[in-house]
Amino acid sequence: MDKFLVSHPPHIHASRTTASLMRDVIIALLPATAVAVVFYGWSMLLVLAVSIVSCVLLEWAICKWLMKRPFDCPEAAGVTGLLLALNLPYTTPWWVVLIGAVFAIGVAKMTFGGLGQNVFNPAIAARVFLLISFPAYMTHWEIPQGLFGADAVTGSTVLSLVSENGTAAIDSLAEMGWHPLFAYVGGSAGEISILALLAGFAYLLLRRVVKIWIPLAIFVTVAAISGIFHAIDPVTYTGPVFNLLSGGLVLGACFMATDYVTSPMSVPGGLIFGFGIGLLVMLIRYFGAYPEGTSFAILFMNMTVPLLDRWFHQPKFGRD
Amino acid sequence: MRKLTFPMGGVHPDDTKYARDCAIEVLPLPPVVYVSVSQHLGAPAVPCVAVGDKVKAGQVVAEPGGFISAYVHSPVSGTVKSIGPRKDIAGRPVTHIEIVVEGDEWAEGIDLSPELVPEIPTDRAAVLEKIKAAGVVGLGGATFPTHVKLNPPPESKAECLIIDGAECEPYLTSDYRIMVERPDEIVVGAAIMQMVLGGCRAVLAVEDNKPEAIEALRASVARLGYANMEVAPLKCKYPQGSEKQLIDAVLGRQTKPGALPISVGAVVQNAGTALAVYEAVQKNKPLVTNVLTVTGDCLSGEKMHNYLFRAGMTLSYIAEYAGGVPADAAKIVSGGPMMGKPIANLDAATVKGSPAILYLSEEATRRGKEGPCIRCGRCADACPMGLEPFLLNRLAKAGDIEALKENEVLNCIECGCCLYSCPAYIPLLDRIRTAKVLAKKR
Amino acid sequence: MTETILWTVAILAGLGLVLSVILFLIAKRFRVEEDPRIDKVEAVMPGANCGGCGFAGCRAFASAAVAAPNLDGIFCPVGGNDVMKQVADILGYEVQEQAPMVAVVRCNGSCANRPKTNEYDGVKSCQAKAALYAGDTGCAFGCLGCGDCVAACQFGALRMDPETGLPVVDETKCTACGACVRTCPKGIIELRKKGPRGMRVYVRCVNKDKGAVARKACAAACIGCGKCAKVCASDAITIENNLSYIDFEKCRLCKKCVAECPTGAILAVNFPVVKPKPSPVEVNKEESHA
Repeated sequence: MDKFLVSHPPHIHASRTTASLMRDVIIALLPATAVAVVFYGWSMLLVLAVSIVSCVLLEWAICKWLMKRPFDCPEAAGVTGLLLALNLPYTTPWWVVLIGAVFAIGVAKMTFGGLGQNVFNPAIAARVFLLISFPAYMTHWEIPQGLFGADAVTGSTVLSLVSENGTAAIDSLAEMGWHPLFAYVGGSAGEISILALLAGFAYLLLRRVVKIWIPLAIFVTVAAISGIFHAIDPVTYTGPVFNLLSGGLVLGACFMATDYVTSPMSVPGGLIFGFGIGLLVMLIRYFGAYPEGTSFAILFMNMTVPLLDRWFHQPKFGRD
Repeated sequence: MRKLTFPMGGVHPDDTKYARDCAIEVLPLPPVVYVSVSQHLGAPAVPCVAVGDKVKAGQVVAEPGGFISAYVHSPVSGTVKSIGPRKDIAGRPVTHIEIVVEGDEWAEGIDLSPELVPEIPTDRAAVLEKIKAAGVVGLGGATFPTHVKLNPPPESKAECLIIDGAECEPYLTSDYRIMVERPDEIVVGAAIMQMVLGGCRAVLAVEDNKPEAIEALRASVARLGYANMEVAPLKCKYPQGSEKQLIDAVLGRQTKPGALPISVGAVVQNAGTALAVYEAVQKNKPLVTNVLTVTGDCLSGEKMHNYLFRAGMTLSYIAEYAGGVPADAAKIVSGGPMMGKPIANLDAATVKGSPAILYLSEEATRRGKEGPCIRCGRCADACPMGLEPFLLNRLAKAGDIEALKENEVLNCIECGCCLYSCPAYIPLLDRIRTAKVLAKKR
Repeated sequence: MTETILWTVAILAGLGLVLSVILFLIAKRFRVEEDPRIDKVEAVMPGANCGGCGFAGCRAFASAAVAAPNLDGIFCPVGGNDVMKQVADILGYEVQEQAPMVAVVRCNGSCANRPKTNEYDGVKSCQAKAALYAGDTGCAFGCLGCGDCVAACQFGALRMDPETGLPVVDETKCTACGACVRTCPKGIIELRKKGPRGMRVYVRCVNKDKGAVARKACAAACIGCGKCAKVCASDAITIENNLSYIDFEKCRLCKKCVAECPTGAILAVNFPVVKPKPSPVEVNKEESHA
């Protein structure tokens, strides 16, 4: 060096970068993705490929031609693509996936200003957009031929069965060989294995990528509300274990509600955010028209984040 | 035993104290030294010698220029060649006294013998006067005049003297070396300050990555047997050496924003300051020498050193003596990598509190490209003052001084944890420090 | 079906009526009485809200002008004498005409004149750079080149010249609001009298180092030699701290100092180009000179 660098301190930096954090999220989603691919086979791979490739390419194109600025973090767009794919049934046609990707990146992320600026989680926003626009594709699924070798049968998700037939449906599903902790077939691809999702989340916690407070608040709220209702009327209302393990709750709580950009920064803010999501999930599941409400709940609570950030700060030194 | 640390924020950078086992070496005298009149926090000292004067080492060459100021002594014997502006490490012109070295003759009454003098004097005012006359300043970074800090207003009472041996910055080993090599002197220095503060408790706080220093100080405390003094190992965490954090770690008390440590009954002095107090009071030796680490990630092991230097030697002289600037050094820092000042001018003279010459490679130090904030909150988690650097950064960019003050920007201790942990390389501390300058002006 | 439509219309119309009455009552109740002249004054203001007058925006300026007994010390640098005349007409005051001013950059430490001695690796802001150290050249006084002044200028009158690394003032756009002067942490920008037909002479350096030190850091530095002060016939030049300064109130634009300066630190701008006297042989070529 002929000229030495001069800058404000600190002169060293931790090894974490935005890209490495996003890579950690991708790694954490790999177990669930792998289980989905094993169960659903080629069509799942197609959904994944279309979603991830179109998200990354679209963000690159928007940065290059519309916003005329550098494409900051392809990994972040990849996370959106991966999450979107895991939020769709494996049977979703490729063009529906593409529309979802366009909505996620083009509308939910880039119109707000790109990475770090979006109000709503792009993957969730796109899922809800598709759910409303293409309900047929989003709620119907086929039992895959994959590992079971069973014939393709159309069916509905466990939550919609419960929604239509009451808690009695759980028994019939159990007869079909459904086991919630390992895997259950149907609904969004990423919901297939609770165990794989929790393993990924444990990795995120160990790597200190996310904090546990938001998912914890969601799970506690869901368990508490369903516990109370189930205790009052076990026939109409499903119990805590079922509600915790079914649907997209684990996927949503661990990977979507913890999205940095669209969740509060302070611990108390996060707890309220989680409580709100849990409450809304249970309201929608018990009383709403849709069988599943995690996406709606997260999307709704995303809107409260600026307020929660304004109201709740972390404790300051010497101020307590 | 339960290990103490501060509860809020903090980071764990790699230890990298490579020069740990390098014993302190004495630097030979250079042909000329440049003595800065601004070696301390507060008003610059006023030169009291004239060009052509003969001076001896330890003789006063500049007198305090205000209440918060300090005496400056000649570190060498020789002739004053010039008095005028010379650039400091930041490239800013500061008045320096240029002294051509002739021999090594010390002023009268200075005891250079190594014998330990463990008897503690009892005349508080006389001791304070001696500390003031010796130009002792805090050597933990702020270089605040020690006699001012040891003389809190009469209505406040010191309950605990904390000797800061945390040395939480990576790379730095100078405090460690003096704690291992001269623990007795540090303990006597602590006992003197204990007496000055009215016989309060004294805690020598050392981080647990320095077990040898803890052992040495413990043995020394046991041997010398001063009352009410203990060694407390601290759990390693940066910025433990910061005054507020250290008090919180040791006493579990948090000073209010803007308040002095004495408001919670604490006085913090660096281990190096304790040694300087010992030398000033027991040996009559003014503060003209200190220990400095030459280290870095792009320096081979045998080129690392801990040097006893005289304040006024140029950095380039020390660097040359240590084997020259390594070819792949991209940044030279005076101090640790977290809070050290970057050196823009290697020809600058050392001052009393010069802590290190740290060579960092391009790979270790060049900043990544600034990306957008993804609101990960790592800066807020790392902030030991409970501030929200992401918010302060946003407000600083908008120039909203009022909101910055509301969010306690002036409470920032500039430890660097926020920028260190920001994954998007947002220059948080650059903007916050600038905002502090503007906020203080208003 | 019809009934539904009718009900909807009726309810919405009723709602609109009730709300408009409420709005009307509130507007009536909380009406603030203001001197109507404030609106009039504000209407003739440039409306840039730049703060160059020392008040927080044009409306604050208008309120202050209306409240003041005369226009002493109340001047809109952006609008200049034209706007102030209108303001004076509205308020019936005497106007104090002021000579038009312009911002000048008193540093010529271009990349070529002032070589870099280190590389700044921090946030691109002069304020931040100045808070850290003297700068990335040997000169501790000159332009830091991060463009805080450009960002501060609301009139697009400043830009950074990529070649020299220095800000350039577009004097047709400069309103002398002083935003750049207040922003520059080194204080190198000064508001000076625009001068007749824009002609002015100034020292393009603020280096207070001794001559040799200044010269070593920058080829275009003022070395404080004092030659300019000696030739100045109008006593406009003072040398203080090894630095020459030209008082624009006294300068008679003779340009003797410009020729005398050994480092070219003094600049004369907007003077007509002195045509070399055409020798008889070259008369035909004169057109190409023009």
